[in-house]
Amino acid sequence: MDSMTIIAVASIVTAGITTSFGTMAPALGEGKAVATALGSLAQQPDAAKTITRTLFVGLAMIESTAIYCFVVSMILIFANPFWKHVIAQATGK
Amino acid sequence: MRLSPDEMIFWQYGFLKLNATIVFTWGLMFVLAAGSKLITRKLSTDLKRSRWQNLLEIVVTAIETQIEDIGLQHPRKYLGFLGTLFLFVAAASLCTLIPGYKPPTASLSTTAALALCVFVAVPLFGIEERGLGGYLKSYVKPTFIMLPFNIISELSRTLALAVRLFGNMMSGAMIIGILLTITPFIFPIIMTALGLLTGMVQAYIFFILATVYIAAGTSVRKPKPEPVPKT
Repeated sequence: MDSMTIIAVASIVTAGITTSFGTMAPALGEGKAVATALGSLAQQPDAAKTITRTLFVGLAMIESTAIYCFVVSMILIFANPFWKHVIAQATGK
Repeated sequence: MRLSPDEMIFWQYGFLKLNATIVFTWGLMFVLAAGSKLITRKLSTDLKRSRWQNLLEIVVTAIETQIEDIGLQHPRKYLGFLGTLFLFVAAASLCTLIPGYKPPTASLSTTAALALCVFVAVPLFGIEERGLGGYLKSYVKPTFIMLPFNIISELSRTLALAVRLFGNMMSGAMIIGILLTITPFIFPIIMTALGLLTGMVQAYIFFILATVYIAAGTSVRKPKPEPVPKT
C-alpha cells in the first residue's frame, strides 16, 4: 500500500471511530444529568427555574466534548492537511 | 465542501480579503444598531408605548434578571457586555432563516474573537471590582499549588467557549448542506429548524457561561460575621 492509500484509510477509519465515540459517551453523560435533574425537579418544584438553567448549562458543557469529536471528524474528512499534501504531490508530479 | 464562511470571498485587494464572515458580521451590526436606534428614538415611560419598545424592554429586563440570578451584584454594569454577547450570537443564528445567509459564528475567527473578549473582560471586571491585588490573590486560592491549574483552566475554558460555539454553528450549516444534496425537500427544513433551536440555546449558553466566569472573577468574599457570645 502506498502512502496515499494509508492516509486515506487511516483518515476514514479514524473519522468513523471518533464520531462513534463522540456520540456514545456524551449521550450517556447527558442521560444521567437529565435523570438527576428530573428527580430533583420532582422533589423540589419550587426551584424549577434554577434547576432547569443549571441543567442546560451542564448539558452544553457535556455537549461540547461531542462537538470536539465532530469537529475532528469533519477536519479529517473535509479539510485533511495530510490528504491535501499527498494530493498536491500526486498532481504536482 | 465549504467548511466556513471564511472561504466565500467577495472582494480582494492584496492580502485584504472581504469574505462572507466579515460582510455578514457588518450586516448584523448594522441591523442591530440601526434597529435599536430607530426603536429608541421616542421612548415613553407611560403605559402607552410602541410594541417594538415593549419587545426591547422584555429582552433587556430578561437579560438583566438572568445576570442577577447568577449572582452578580449590579447587573447594569455588565448588561452592556453580556447583553451584546447574547444578542449578537442570537441574531447571528436567528438570521439563518434568510436564504443565502451563512452565520458568521460558523467561522472559528468570529467565535475565537468573542471568546477572547470574554477572556479579557473577566480580569477587567475582576480588577474593577476587587482591585489588582484582590484579583490576583484569587489565583492562589485555595492553596498556592493551584496557581498553574487556575491559569490553565482560564485558558482552556476560553478555548472551550470558542470551539463549542463554532462547532455547533458549523455543524448546523454543514448538516443542511449535506442533506440538501441527498433529500432536497423536507429534511433540510427540519434541520434548519433544529439548527435554529441549537443556535438560540448556544447563544444562551455562551451568555450564561460568560456571566458565570465574570461572577467567579468578581466575587467579593463577605466578611465572616463576628460570633455572638452565647448569653
